[in-house]
Amino acid sequence: MEMNTDHCYHCGTPCDKTTIEFDGKPFCCQGCKTVYEILSENDLSYYYDLQGQAGATPKINEGKYDFLGSPEIVEQLVEFSDGNVQVVNLFVPHIHCSSCIWVLENLNKLNPAVKASQVDFPKKTVRITYNASELPLKNLVLLMGRIGYEPNISLADIEPKKKPVNRSLIYKLGIAGFAFGNVMFLSFPEYFDLSSNRESGGEFWLNEYQNLFRWLMFLFSLPVMLYSGRDYFVSAFKGLRSKMLNIDVPIALGILTLFLRSTVDIIFDWGPGFFDSLTGLIFFLLLGKFFQQKTYSFLSFERDYKSYFPIAVTRILPDGREEVAQVYEVKRGDRLLIRNEELIPADAVIVKGNGHIDYSFVTGEAEPVLRQNGDKVFAGGKQLNGAIEIEITKPVSQSYLTQLWGNSVFDEEKTTRFQTLTDSIGKRFTVAVLSIAFVAAAFWLYYDSKNALNVFTAVLIIACPCAIALAAPFTLGNMLRIFGRKKFYLKNAGVIERLAQIDMAIFDKTGTITTSSTTTAFYEGMPLTEAEESVLKNTLRSSNHPLSRALYDMLSEHNIVTIDDFTEHTGQGIEASTELGNIKVGSAEFTGNGASARDDSTAVHISANDAYKGCYVFRNEYRDGIVEVFEELSHKMKLAILSGDNSGEKQRLQELLPISTLLYFDQKPIDKLHFIKRAQGEGHKVMMVGDGLNDAGALAQADVGIAISEDINVFSPACDAILDASKFKELFAYIKASKRAVGIIKLSFFLSLFYNVIGLFFAVTGQLEPVIAAILMPLSSISVVAFTTVATNLIGRKLG
Amino acid sequence: MSVIYVLLAISLAVAVLFFIAFIVSVKSGQYDDDYTPSVRMLFEDELIKTPSEKKKCKQKEAIQLNE
Repeated sequence: MEMNTDHCYHCGTPCDKTTIEFDGKPFCCQGCKTVYEILSENDLSYYYDLQGQAGATPKINEGKYDFLGSPEIVEQLVEFSDGNVQVVNLFVPHIHCSSCIWVLENLNKLNPAVKASQVDFPKKTVRITYNASELPLKNLVLLMGRIGYEPNISLADIEPKKKPVNRSLIYKLGIAGFAFGNVMFLSFPEYFDLSSNRESGGEFWLNEYQNLFRWLMFLFSLPVMLYSGRDYFVSAFKGLRSKMLNIDVPIALGILTLFLRSTVDIIFDWGPGFFDSLTGLIFFLLLGKFFQQKTYSFLSFERDYKSYFPIAVTRILPDGREEVAQVYEVKRGDRLLIRNEELIPADAVIVKGNGHIDYSFVTGEAEPVLRQNGDKVFAGGKQLNGAIEIEITKPVSQSYLTQLWGNSVFDEEKTTRFQTLTDSIGKRFTVAVLSIAFVAAAFWLYYDSKNALNVFTAVLIIACPCAIALAAPFTLGNMLRIFGRKKFYLKNAGVIERLAQIDMAIFDKTGTITTSSTTTAFYEGMPLTEAEESVLKNTLRSSNHPLSRALYDMLSEHNIVTIDDFTEHTGQGIEASTELGNIKVGSAEFTGNGASARDDSTAVHISANDAYKGCYVFRNEYRDGIVEVFEELSHKMKLAILSGDNSGEKQRLQELLPISTLLYFDQKPIDKLHFIKRAQGEGHKVMMVGDGLNDAGALAQADVGIAISEDINVFSPACDAILDASKFKELFAYIKASKRAVGIIKLSFFLSLFYNVIGLFFAVTGQLEPVIAAILMPLSSISVVAFTTVATNLIGRKLG
Repeated sequence: MSVIYVLLAISLAVAVLFFIAFIVSVKSGQYDDDYTPSVRMLFEDELIKTPSEKKKCKQKEAIQLNE
């Protein structure tokens, strides 16, 4: 067989095994070729012109969507249905380029029953309007699957309808910006004619309409006060009620004083008021909030098992008939048919067939395990090879994996457990501002009592910590974007502050510090002769078992040997005979080595000509840079590894990692959670790095839960941050960058305090003119924003 | 009545009109997806190509996307 470095015309994977030539183009497999045929037959080959090699190999399993034949389930999935016309919004993980958008928006070329389709690229969804009597949902999904765009339909899709999109911040920002601009315009005459008033003469035109302009400003400020700025009052009120002085207390105080003083000023014609500062302040504050609110809409940080579990399963009735049953209806004792590539929804026992169960969703372990008749299988496992029948032992919600979500840690919001830097400064700030205000007022009461109230309000106005409140959102918001470009996706900006405080890091083993993409195997036993290895390679070629495929890829090239006889003993191994001799490949028992010592690891045993030779032991490769990452981290924090596996790898880990690293094996999901709780009880700030659903509890309990993901589009449990596996070695650099970002926030606090001191000078001496406030407040905000932006970009550049 | 009232009324009316347009457009979800339309507008209008044309425009610049 000759090696070929051609890349598939459809999906771009190197066609090294078998290349299918079609229409003068190379394809890696039959599936890709078929998609090409479908697209070119329907005049959709523009797909390949837009972006080369953008496709995905179709892996659809037609039986998998039988449940879409049930009208009740379809009813729950579609957004709109009038019997004939239905609208459905489907999540398609493969959407990644312009070709994807184009082909999905031209679905009606493939089937005219599709009336309209519109892709939302950031969310990776497509909304399709179609005629259900000509093209039922099931066929639509199959159609998409056939061209490599299989939608992801999971249990989470039929949950009670998701909360509607919250756009209130945009409204608030829009209103504040609108009012700010208009009030500025209306204030202009007063800016240019500061001393004008009726008594001293001045500009007649201005004096005539002064009141009109002022009351218009008042009108514009009303919605800003009542609607846009409402959150600050609510938050300050909540803080006060729980006896906490958060940063919103001085802000709310400042806003309220601004508004009341300005209103009183225009009522008694004492001055134009501070409406420009008021609306500008709220506008800038909201802008900070908006900037911080960057979300990665194609990622989900809330996923629990429901996002991966099927909606319905095939139940086998006692009389042998099959029916579609919703997952929640599955009861103990039910018999289910699990087809190839289907997920086991609840703990069960295999009653028919041989299971090759892939638990990578649950544990991160990529290698499937073999299970036979009578063996237990757990919820979350995926059957890989042929169909099996199972009998349910526990309903979905009480299964080994899913009961984890009953823990209260999933109900509480992490942000409530954590006081931000800004809030902690807010307390001292409020106390300081109030004391300055009272002292200054007391002084003026004694010295010139007319001015006392004026000074008191001026202090509250000018000390409003607008710049302080902006420092954190802009620093963290910008950092969040920089991290995103470095493939470290955070749920929200608060995670950065928490990350900076971490003093203990806990890692899961399989799938987290080991990679699932490359496995290595080493050989133990009597060396194989050239002829034996040749026979082995040729035998493996005929087997579909994942371990056989992996081993086949690892063995060096050999001449093709004709296999005379080949038998596959399911669950045990394969047997073949050739002119060069016969060979047995499989379990220790099957190959005649009953007393295998290596039962704690994944191994393929070989016997040639009825004599046991040895075995290939598979083990996971540790990620690049793991030694360095642990070494660097060990200087700054305590380290631990919590593995759900047995202690087979203990020795190797001890050699690789710093001696201080604690190693724990055989940890159940709930053990991991309790371990972290204990560490937090001892005062540690814990970071958990995990990857599978079995880490979900620990990720939720930890101060920062980071999910490692080989492919961020496909899978990640609920967490605070998702780290692309290729960037694992940067983990320490990211933590360091977070610490620097917090340093920047502290520096900006000093910068804004400097402005406050200048402002306070004017306020305390009783000379705070509206125009000074109108200059000073935006100036301080803008310089803080500029400083944080430049500084965070410098940090980002260091990250490389 | 002074002309300033007329001018103010007109300018305010225009401002409020735009403001309402903004609210309506947010409400209808126009700003929910601010990325896809920028790609969509770059697609060829004529989607179906005749076989002879197919050969001509074989290699077209790929539209670069930033994710």
